[in-house]
Amino acid sequence: MSDLPAAIAELIDTPQYPVTANFPVEFGYSYNTLSATENGNPLYWDPEVADELTGGPTMPPTTLSLWMRPHRWEPGAEEELVALKVHFDLKELLDLPEAIMSDNTLILHDPVRPGDVISHHQVLRSVSGEKTTKLGTGRFWSIDIVYTNQDDVLVGIESYTGFGYRRPEQEAAS
Amino acid sequence: MTLTIDQVSEGDTLPELAYDATATTVVLGALASRDWRPMHHDFKFATERNGTQDIFLNTPNLAAWFERYITDWTGPRGRIGRMTFRMRDSIFPDDRMVFTGTVTAVSTDDQGCAWAELDIAVAVKNDGTDPRLCCTCTVRVAIPTDDSDNPWARKGQNWTP
Repeated sequence: MSDLPAAIAELIDTPQYPVTANFPVEFGYSYNTLSATENGNPLYWDPEVADELTGGPTMPPTTLSLWMRPHRWEPGAEEELVALKVHFDLKELLDLPEAIMSDNTLILHDPVRPGDVISHHQVLRSVSGEKTTKLGTGRFWSIDIVYTNQDDVLVGIESYTGFGYRRPEQEAAS
Repeated sequence: MTLTIDQVSEGDTLPELAYDATATTVVLGALASRDWRPMHHDFKFATERNGTQDIFLNTPNLAAWFERYITDWTGPRGRIGRMTFRMRDSIFPDDRMVFTGTVTAVSTDDQGCAWAELDIAVAVKNDGTDPRLCCTCTVRVAIPTDDSDNPWARKGQNWTP
């Protein structure tokens, strides 16, 4: 039988925190990434190649998450938004003050195109029983961020593995 | 040039890519990925608050570097399906980044899409110091079966990354 609190078990596989970007995907912005990495892939520089291979311009796949990152400032903004809110929720709900991300996976589906408006939501996929590592005692969890376009077509998934824990000295103090 | 899967075998190595990072590399990469966190552009914050030796490359931009490295090899028809990262150390200005890669498997799925699985790494190799492994990445990339095949044309059930 799982030792996971029911309030957390109920969250598993439940979509949370749906957000839609407040700006459309802009092809010109991808030049910053292409320039930063000196990426000369003709798929992004030669419109004829883009027409032939992808039926028009698409964005470099690894730029997926940037279309959901909030502006540094915008009118009415009161506080900086926290990415991966489910991760921070778990830290609080499980009383695990420290956390690290051990790895993340990017799974790419339909290409993102200029003019798309991207949405995403977060899904807690799993939480382990208590484990002790060299960092401390806590739990591993995996969280997906699911990205779709304005037609509700899946464009990608980011999966994060986190480990929330208490350091040995925190364990002794609690 | 377009790479086709008949030209790829398990154990093949990708051509090495070396690049000398600068502060501009780090800052441009962070802003290109809309990452405004100060440790990627503010030396004082990075050194005094984070305790690192300098500002350092952010993960989304590193992903873009891996993308560039992979499609330099495959050509534009290569389509990345999946990438898993494991960060190990940071990349700072004046570091020489060296990307290496190996093909670990070649397969064709039930839909006829050909895939290469890759192990990729970026290490810092500066003169006079031991190399530092900074990030490893496993990649699943679709590669055309022949000159007429286009992995980008696949969607829905025909695209299983």
